[in-house]
Amino acid sequence: MNSAVQMANFHRLLPEIILSGFGILVMIADPFVARARKKSLGWLAFVGAVLALLSVEVVARDPGPAYSNLISSDMFSVFLHIVVIVAAILAILGSLNYLEQENLQRGEYYALVLFATAGMGILVGANELVTAFIGLEMSSISTYILAGFRRNSEKSNEASVKYFLLGSFATAFFLYGVAMVYGATGTTKIDGIQAYLAAQSSVPSLAILGLGLIFVGLGFKVVAAPFQIYGPDVYEGAPTPVTALLASGPKAATFAIMLRVFVVAFGSTSNLWFWAIFVSAVLTMFIGNLAALVQTNVKRMLAYSSIAHAGYILVAVAASSVIGVAAVLFYLGAYVLMKVGAFLVVTHLGQKGEKRLEIRDYAGLGQKQPVLAAVFSLFLLSLLGLPATGGFLGKFFAFQAALDVKDPRFTWLVVIAAINSVIGAYYYLRVIIVMYFSAPSKDYAPTSVAPALGFALAIAAIGTVYLGVLPARVLALAKSAADSLALR
Amino acid sequence: MSQPLLLTVITFLPLLSVLAILFLSSEDHIWIRRIALAASIAEFIISLFLLRGFEIANAGYQFEEMRNWIGEAIHYHLGVDGISLFLVLLTTFLTPIAILCSWESIKENVKGFFIAILIIETAMIGVFVSLDLFLFFVFWELTLIPMYFMIGMWGHDRRIYAAVKFILYTMFGSILMLVAILWLYNLTGTFDLQVIESKLQAGLIAIPPHTELLLFGAFFLAFAIKVPLFPLHTWLPDAHTEAPTAGSVILAGVMLKLGTYGILRFCLPLFPYAAHRMAPLIGVLAIIGIVYGALVATVQHDLKRLVAYTSVSHLGFVVLGLFAFSTISVQGAIYQMLNHGISTGALFLGVGMLYDRRHTHEISEFGGLANPMPVLMGFFLFIALSSLALPPLNGFIGEFLILIGTFEHHHQWATWATSGAVLSAIYLLWSYQRVALGEVTVEKNKTLKDANGRERLILVAMSAMIIFMGIASPLFTRRMEPSTNALLRLMDRPQNASRPAPQPQPVAQRSPTIIPSGAVSRPAQGRLAQSRDLLLPFAFSQRTHSQNERFLGGRSFSSDIYRTPRAGALAPEAFAASGSALASRQVRP
Repeated sequence: MNSAVQMANFHRLLPEIILSGFGILVMIADPFVARARKKSLGWLAFVGAVLALLSVEVVARDPGPAYSNLISSDMFSVFLHIVVIVAAILAILGSLNYLEQENLQRGEYYALVLFATAGMGILVGANELVTAFIGLEMSSISTYILAGFRRNSEKSNEASVKYFLLGSFATAFFLYGVAMVYGATGTTKIDGIQAYLAAQSSVPSLAILGLGLIFVGLGFKVVAAPFQIYGPDVYEGAPTPVTALLASGPKAATFAIMLRVFVVAFGSTSNLWFWAIFVSAVLTMFIGNLAALVQTNVKRMLAYSSIAHAGYILVAVAASSVIGVAAVLFYLGAYVLMKVGAFLVVTHLGQKGEKRLEIRDYAGLGQKQPVLAAVFSLFLLSLLGLPATGGFLGKFFAFQAALDVKDPRFTWLVVIAAINSVIGAYYYLRVIIVMYFSAPSKDYAPTSVAPALGFALAIAAIGTVYLGVLPARVLALAKSAADSLALR
Repeated sequence: MSQPLLLTVITFLPLLSVLAILFLSSEDHIWIRRIALAASIAEFIISLFLLRGFEIANAGYQFEEMRNWIGEAIHYHLGVDGISLFLVLLTTFLTPIAILCSWESIKENVKGFFIAILIIETAMIGVFVSLDLFLFFVFWELTLIPMYFMIGMWGHDRRIYAAVKFILYTMFGSILMLVAILWLYNLTGTFDLQVIESKLQAGLIAIPPHTELLLFGAFFLAFAIKVPLFPLHTWLPDAHTEAPTAGSVILAGVMLKLGTYGILRFCLPLFPYAAHRMAPLIGVLAIIGIVYGALVATVQHDLKRLVAYTSVSHLGFVVLGLFAFSTISVQGAIYQMLNHGISTGALFLGVGMLYDRRHTHEISEFGGLANPMPVLMGFFLFIALSSLALPPLNGFIGEFLILIGTFEHHHQWATWATSGAVLSAIYLLWSYQRVALGEVTVEKNKTLKDANGRERLILVAMSAMIIFMGIASPLFTRRMEPSTNALLRLMDRPQNASRPAPQPQPVAQRSPTIIPSGAVSRPAQGRLAQSRDLLLPFAFSQRTHSQNERFLGGRSFSSDIYRTPRAGALAPEAFAASGSALASRQVRP
């Protein structure tokens, strides 16, 4: 018994335990809290998420395997835990007033956010594919429900059903792939697969087929082309704070397992999967950016923008190197801050019933709410990749990692990515044009930003600038995280 | 250096004053203007300290500052040399002028406007003093957004179109430059310009010719769009015409020079092989720009657009001077950058003053303005004369140095380019005639007020600078020359075995100085000698001549001097030593 506990190393799972514990606590407390005071449950969830974030420090002090090596709480996992928990905290802060305003204030919302985050936590730490599947399902099922949380809205329902149906297919693909990889290699552990492939002279075709299916499942979750079709609809229909979470946390967590599977387990066969990632990255960038150009709805525009960003991240994944992994991690950190920040601004500006979501609704915002407009511009410019923002350095390191491979294929990839970021400039700047260069519409009555949301925006904005100007510490952390993966 | 933080202070003082302005109420227009003006004047005065501490004979970077920034590879590395020194001063000189000229004409969102000007100032100075490619790129991109806002928010009717065109053009160029910077980093392991230069020079790294051409292309595209070089110039007339006066002054005065400065600082010393290889093409494009810009300017009916097209023409001269690769032409190019900043900036100021009165740029709306406004039109004529390079005003020195330097190597280029100088007289004088001379044709113009005190102050300051730069040019060229020579020396990189031999050029004389050698053909020699006499009182002290001779070791230059390493001109051991010392610094982020 004692040895089993030691094997389990519960302290390495502390963030997940805290997140799930507080999730359950919120559910239990829900019936006892009066309708008008449900908001306090949100704060309870916030406390839980903050405690989980602090508990990451415990993991960081003693990184290592947990649960008989099913979980690998290495620095890689630590870094991404911070990323996904910060995303959850920001989403919770952004939801508090949104739910009040939409008359949706319920305990289960926050519980689901915490469960989803716990699932992401398992996903980023998973050293075994079935465990990863559990994490994937935990986060997915919670977010399916969250996407449909505006029960009276058709769009929200559509988003939820679409996300659920297609998402189930995708996870099934993933599971099918896992089964094939297991069939080929006799193990589902990341390090086991790596060791097995290293010992073989050629890669079993079953394993390659399995890897392909895994890519379908994960590509769907990170909204990479050609599996991106559902993305904009779901992002548009889901309640905006949920969209903020969807676009950030699950994406980051899925990239984590993608890195573990492709770069670690199948790292020695990167030639085999390179073209899959290459084609997917190029398609993702072009589809995301070109489609974003013609959007009039801010949420859809940001949805396509997050597709494009998945493409940039894939560029660094394709590099399949330590600095490539570090670049992905840094990118994800910056991306989560700017993307959640942008969606939270949209949350506020949507007003009751999410009725002000067209770009033209933002006309004259620069005059009416200069601070909010400036913060939104900051997020947009960071998404665009302007220097002195985290988004720029994310791209910078991603491109650098890809060029570091010193292979003409990667040079092309980087040139394509670079051209794409100029295409992207157009639609981000268009929002800024409308905010600053057009006269305000008369019917717009600005509402003041709630303190919780303002706090979340401040964190995201300061973080974005911090990563852009003084990235050294985070970069060093990302580098040590990448080093903790045993690449070959 | 004696003033260890001087460059940091100069770079970030405007940004600091932005913070001060942020604390003011946006209705407090008077204090916003005052703080902006005070900060920019203080900035100008502080930047004059650079002149005081600047060692004339020192060809290297001075006032250097070096700190680790991101990891070990990206540094906060600042420094000025004779090339960037005056561009920094040009920036700090023009910013207070730009602030003054928008004193009354900017009525909406005053706070935002002055914040934008000051951020641009920081970013532009940052570009000129950065010695780290990453830092350079950060500042380079930072110039874009405030300028975008300036055109888009305070511009004229088609401002949004112009702003978007401006930013997309520039971004397209700069993103490919970013890829090239990263490539260079992966090749050399550092972003530090000096380290890269010395490694290349010492032959520690060799860039394959094909790669070098690509990298050169990526850098050059970014800079050529900014300059703008024909045929990449189409954003410029729109941006200039639609920008508010201060925006045009900054855009024409400094921002275009970011491009030519970039060519000089990065394209030439880092990629000499590619630069030589592409020089014929670029020279021809520059000449097309000179002539085309002048011709198009001639037929404009919008005065501001006319001035905008003169930029295409004048910047063509600068690019031509740079790609003639002689000390004189390059110095002339640097000088012409400054001149263009002053003269074209002043032209835009004059046009802006007319616009403030009549709210139009149409030449047909004017006519006979010298009657109601003798002072303003008098200054306008003076500035136009400086822009068309009338001796002894500033424009003459720059154009003349460029032409003479170019003539030594490419007399055909110089001949064609000279037509630009003639055309500039046509478009400027003709437009002046239509605007200022004759009877007042439009009733409204009869009652226009002449320049007020503030406007006279601006015009006097600009005119004084025009005269000063015309007469006191040795003060400038003396400081430019060592750095220019050092830069051109960097272009004589040791031959790479895999590199094809450079094409012999048809022109025999290729001396980088104006001292004619025996190989110079007789008529050209006569012309050169003549021109040297003309030039001496303005541009060259005797000291520079002797320095030139010393630098060149008194040899004759009938052979291919650019490609052959000159013994003694640089000590290979010294470079190898510095290269290996620097090599220990390179660490991946």
